[in-house]
Amino acid sequence: MTPLLEICGLHVEVEGREILRGLDLEIPLGETHAVMGPNGSGKSTLAHVIAGREGYEITGGIIRYQGEDIAEMEPEERARKGVFLAFQYPVEIPGVNNTYFLKAAVNEIRKHRDQPELDAVDFLSLMKERVKLLDFDVDLIKRPVNEGFSGGEKKRNEILQMTVLEPTLGVLDETDSGLDIDALRIVAEGVNRMRSPERSFLVITHYQRLLDHIVPDRVHVLQDGRIVESGGRDLAHRLEAEGYTRPAAVPA
Amino acid sequence: MPEQQRTLGAAEVEQLVEREYAYGFVTDIETERVPPGLSEDVIRLISEKKEEPQWLLDWRLKAYELWQGMTEPDWAKVSYPKINYDEISYYAAPKSAVKDGPQSLDDIDPELRRTYEKLGIPLVEQQRLAGIAVDAVFDSVSVATTFKEKLAELGVIFCSFSEAVKEHPELVRKYLGTVVPHTDNFFASLNSAVFSDGSFVYVPKGVRCPMELSTYFRINASETGQFERTLIIADEGSYVSYLEGCTAPMRDENQLHAAVVELVALEDARIKYSTVQNWYPGDKNGVGGIYNFVTKRGKCAGARSHISWTQVETGSAITWKYPSCILLGDDSIGEFYSVALTANRQQADTGTKMIHIGKNTKSTIISKGISAGHGQNTYRGQVKILPGAWNARNFSQCDSLLIGPDSGAHTVPYIDVANPEAQLEHEASTSRIGEDQLFYCRQRGIDPEEAVSLIVNGFARDVLSELPMEFAVEAQKLLGVSLEGAVG
Ligand SMILES: Nc1ncnc2c1ncn2[C@@H]1O[C@H](COP(=O)(O)OP(=O)(O)O)[C@@H](O)[C@H]1O
Ligand SMILES: [Mg+2]
Repeated sequence: MTPLLEICGLHVEVEGREILRGLDLEIPLGETHAVMGPNGSGKSTLAHVIAGREGYEITGGIIRYQGEDIAEMEPEERARKGVFLAFQYPVEIPGVNNTYFLKAAVNEIRKHRDQPELDAVDFLSLMKERVKLLDFDVDLIKRPVNEGFSGGEKKRNEILQMTVLEPTLGVLDETDSGLDIDALRIVAEGVNRMRSPERSFLVITHYQRLLDHIVPDRVHVLQDGRIVESGGRDLAHRLEAEGYTRPAAVPA
Repeated sequence: MPEQQRTLGAAEVEQLVEREYAYGFVTDIETERVPPGLSEDVIRLISEKKEEPQWLLDWRLKAYELWQGMTEPDWAKVSYPKINYDEISYYAAPKSAVKDGPQSLDDIDPELRRTYEKLGIPLVEQQRLAGIAVDAVFDSVSVATTFKEKLAELGVIFCSFSEAVKEHPELVRKYLGTVVPHTDNFFASLNSAVFSDGSFVYVPKGVRCPMELSTYFRINASETGQFERTLIIADEGSYVSYLEGCTAPMRDENQLHAAVVELVALEDARIKYSTVQNWYPGDKNGVGGIYNFVTKRGKCAGARSHISWTQVETGSAITWKYPSCILLGDDSIGEFYSVALTANRQQADTGTKMIHIGKNTKSTIISKGISAGHGQNTYRGQVKILPGAWNARNFSQCDSLLIGPDSGAHTVPYIDVANPEAQLEHEASTSRIGEDQLFYCRQRGIDPEEAVSLIVNGFARDVLSELPMEFAVEAQKLLGVSLEGAVG
């Protein structure tokens, strides 16, 4: 079966500088993969390229989602096809109500799936249910998107959005940073509840701590713009103990 | 942002252009107009057409004499070719309306009725519209006013200015020019000389006007200017909420709109004045569009009176407008909430003046400027605290949002304090719609134009929330539509 996400020999430049240098990664549908790596190794770059951010120029290789080459696809189109990115640094949108924003997103996505749009009442009850599951402060959903949120609140808001948008591929970029241990557990539970044979996750993290709670099917090590090692969940523990010592196979 | 790759068919292009300004059509109607040019004779003619009393004609002529010696103001940060005042026609009116006047709603020319329907302002007293009374001004005349009788039961007078001159001359004479005198400024003097129609409101003592009053201004005829005059008087302890909207056809020529609005709030009275200004802004290259040179001022004459101006300015090629408050009564309150959006080649120089004269007077200024394309947006505001204005307070917040590299935002505050107790606070900010905000929205499935509209509406929220409900919705849509094509 074709993997949900298939990346072969991907080269990506940002402002003329090569960040990803021949990255290979396959995530079959239904699996959760972790990508670990030191700061600056290109983890967020990978996440942004999957989501289709501008300014990330693909200079080589292939990126397929659901069997389709998505290199030229607009970010909103990817989102509508089920790609969700939980941002490492969630963005503030002053004056735009959190609930209103999410409702706009849900309905935009539903529209493109030929599903009827949710009215305010249905949406609010969906939202309330998810808010409760994530132990999220109800007042925050009435506030402007991420404005004045603490670091942890922003991260939780990302996961709240994910549980409402129900993506096929959830990419979590360092969602654990800024979360205390209780929040981490709640967020992990939220993700675990969503795991299903119809959905995959790419969990990007610097520490293996998160992977104690979201246990991945595979772990990949990203270093200097490429995956230098892959393995089972034990790899995460080994990395924690030994650090990212292994040098890149071919230095730049 | 990558350009949309697919090419558009001719029909689609037309549709897109249409969408840019939805009200650009022309009503084909027989128009009576005076030939272009300004002279005493033209003024006499206008006055005669309106069967005005001698005192009003004299007032006009005084203003005209003065105006001839005045020069056009040049301090605003706007640039436009010199206006030739002899090429403008100062009076144009649908023949059907002139003949019978705006008497009965049933007798309106069907063509005019259709025009207002197309603009979304049906001139009927339907249940659905029960909350809003409308005065419809078409070129130089008022063609209909709804709910007049119902309002009259409460003693509220809502009619065209011309009608007020005939029916309530004592009120007009008492208040006309008391807030914006005929000597005030170049455009106000011009207006005083040639004004043709507008709305008149009087709310008697202690009456809370039960519906929103609104005037819908439509320019239709070419090569004409529109010079309307609105006068609103809220007697002691009364309340009124008034709205104005405006549109004009798409034309290559620039048309002048030089209006005057005067508000008078007596003791304990409150006037809430809202504007959704959507005059034709000109095309992408800055050809055509309305010159909106307007003088609006309110006088808080009585103690504890309260005047709020809320404006959403999305249209016009050039906007020159400073709705102001004279805070004469002790404990009176003046407010100014503004969103001004300039896209393409639009220029706006707008703001307010808060003149504190009475004790414990309070003013609030919230200005949100949005510039896209080559749009230029200037906030110009004055806070003046006179020596007798003990314990006066002002809070000003001026925020600018820039979209694209070629737009401009400018903030020019003037502060003039002559009382040692005054408390003034001023905040200002300039931000740009970030690529990160756009990407964040798009990653959630929202398309770029929708995302810009969302971000802009969020930016303007504090002002939009001051508008009456149904107008807030309209204004939100308008901000979105005005920015179409601003990204990509
Ligand atoms: N927008 C950008 N402009 C310039 N350089 C960037 C940009 N984004 C990332 N980089 C650079 O690319 C490299 C990888 O960054 P990133 O993908 O954020 O790493 P990680 O998420 O693994 O910490 C870093 O050296 C970083 O400085
Ligand atoms: Mg990162």
